[in-house]
Amino acid sequence: MSEDSLLKTPLYDLHLELGGKMVGFAGYAMPVQYPLGIMGEHKHTRAKAGLFDVSHMGQVTVRGDNAALDFETLVPVDIVGIEPMTQRYALFTNEQGGIDDDLMVSNAGDHLFVVVNAACKEQDLARMQKGLPNCEVTAITDRALLALQGPAAAAVMARIAPETADMVFMDWRPMLIDGIDCFIGRAGYTGEDGFEISVPAEQAEAFARRLLAEDEVEAIGLGARDSLRLEAGLCLYGHDLDPSTSPVEGSLLWAMQKVRRADGERAGGFPGADIIFKHLAEGVTRKRVGLLIQGRAPVREGAELQDGKGNTIGTVTSGGFGPTLEAPVAMGYVATEFAKLGTELIAIVRNREIPVTVAKMPMVPQRYHRG
Amino acid sequence: MSLKYTVDHEWVKLEADDVVLVGITNHAQEQLGDVVFVELPEIDTAFGQGDDISVIESVKAASELKAPVSGSVVAVNELLADEPNIVNDDPLDAGWFCRIKLSDPSELDDLLDEDAYNATLS
Repeated sequence: MSEDSLLKTPLYDLHLELGGKMVGFAGYAMPVQYPLGIMGEHKHTRAKAGLFDVSHMGQVTVRGDNAALDFETLVPVDIVGIEPMTQRYALFTNEQGGIDDDLMVSNAGDHLFVVVNAACKEQDLARMQKGLPNCEVTAITDRALLALQGPAAAAVMARIAPETADMVFMDWRPMLIDGIDCFIGRAGYTGEDGFEISVPAEQAEAFARRLLAEDEVEAIGLGARDSLRLEAGLCLYGHDLDPSTSPVEGSLLWAMQKVRRADGERAGGFPGADIIFKHLAEGVTRKRVGLLIQGRAPVREGAELQDGKGNTIGTVTSGGFGPTLEAPVAMGYVATEFAKLGTELIAIVRNREIPVTVAKMPMVPQRYHRG
Repeated sequence: MSLKYTVDHEWVKLEADDVVLVGITNHAQEQLGDVVFVELPEIDTAFGQGDDISVIESVKAASELKAPVSGSVVAVNELLADEPNIVNDDPLDAGWFCRIKLSDPSELDDLLDEDAYNATLS
């Protein structure tokens, strides 16, 4: 895809001004890093506060008399039970019990506010429009999305918007910040405390500059976004989750609240429910696990995983170097009998055997602010 | 001795008639980003000009270093095992990769001088 045909977010000019190294991602020109570099940006985020442009993601509103209940026909998640002004992680499933995308759903009072992955937003919009005929499903095309993540994010936001101080993890609300009509959620994709802020496109650059003017804040690119989420054990759709992985295989049972499970009040009613319930009842043949790596060589996506006897028993689905761990780190799927914590396996990298160990996720402690 | 270069952003430093030191240029380390691991060849490995002799892992991806000249490895930079970041900090000196005994010194004539290499960067 030529540079010219890549889409630009409202912060494109700012990225260039900040020295962002631009690459194509999901059809957008996005900064993979700035002069600070991926390691520096990653460490800064965990030490202070990092500002990410995630405007390429899809923002959608869903309105209807029974929007939450209707939405439950698309996901194995309790949407009806999302308290007003809070949000929840959800999964679009398919008829094979696999996952077609992961997303966030916020209860905005009189509507649902949904954020989906950039690479899937067209399909997701179509799915919602087709699957929710009694709802008005509208793509928001005039807003940017920013994420401010790290232990200093709360202090920074408290200065700029004092009302954020009483928000806890997964709270979400509309808020006027500096006179700007924002939607702000206390969540993110790094394992750190932080906020995701939807800002009208024409005010996004000014808002970003406002945040960057704070001492603790640095601009962070997609390279560090990936290493941060990897250390946090968070899935990247299209890599750790895909249409062939069920939520049970993906170790995402926690996202499927009891009320939607086989013996729940609103059991099933989403695509692939039968298969997913079978997985729950009978178990699965493979599971997503975290992996800690011996040595310094990264073990990357696609690497074969073997038991100690040369048998292939799994594959790495995400892998790279973890700057906080100061070591390589990975996630992958292994045959269920090898999924126990502490299991020692072998990863094959350039024909060499690298010892790896099944590890608890997240690999770096989570620091969500639960109040 | 002045450095010679390849279009693949490696530098070559002649130490004696048939021994060279090899590394990557500043441009290369900038492009790669933070280096986290370097896989170096075994001593005595023989290879031809253009063969892969090293893998450089940055945070995001792996890159191959190609042999700028044919020969065999007589030494590798042990420092890189514990401090791969030296490649970023000092690519032209402390960040050297390997010392190679040349099997065909005339290949040095294929390499670029500094001006010619810098011209490739613009």
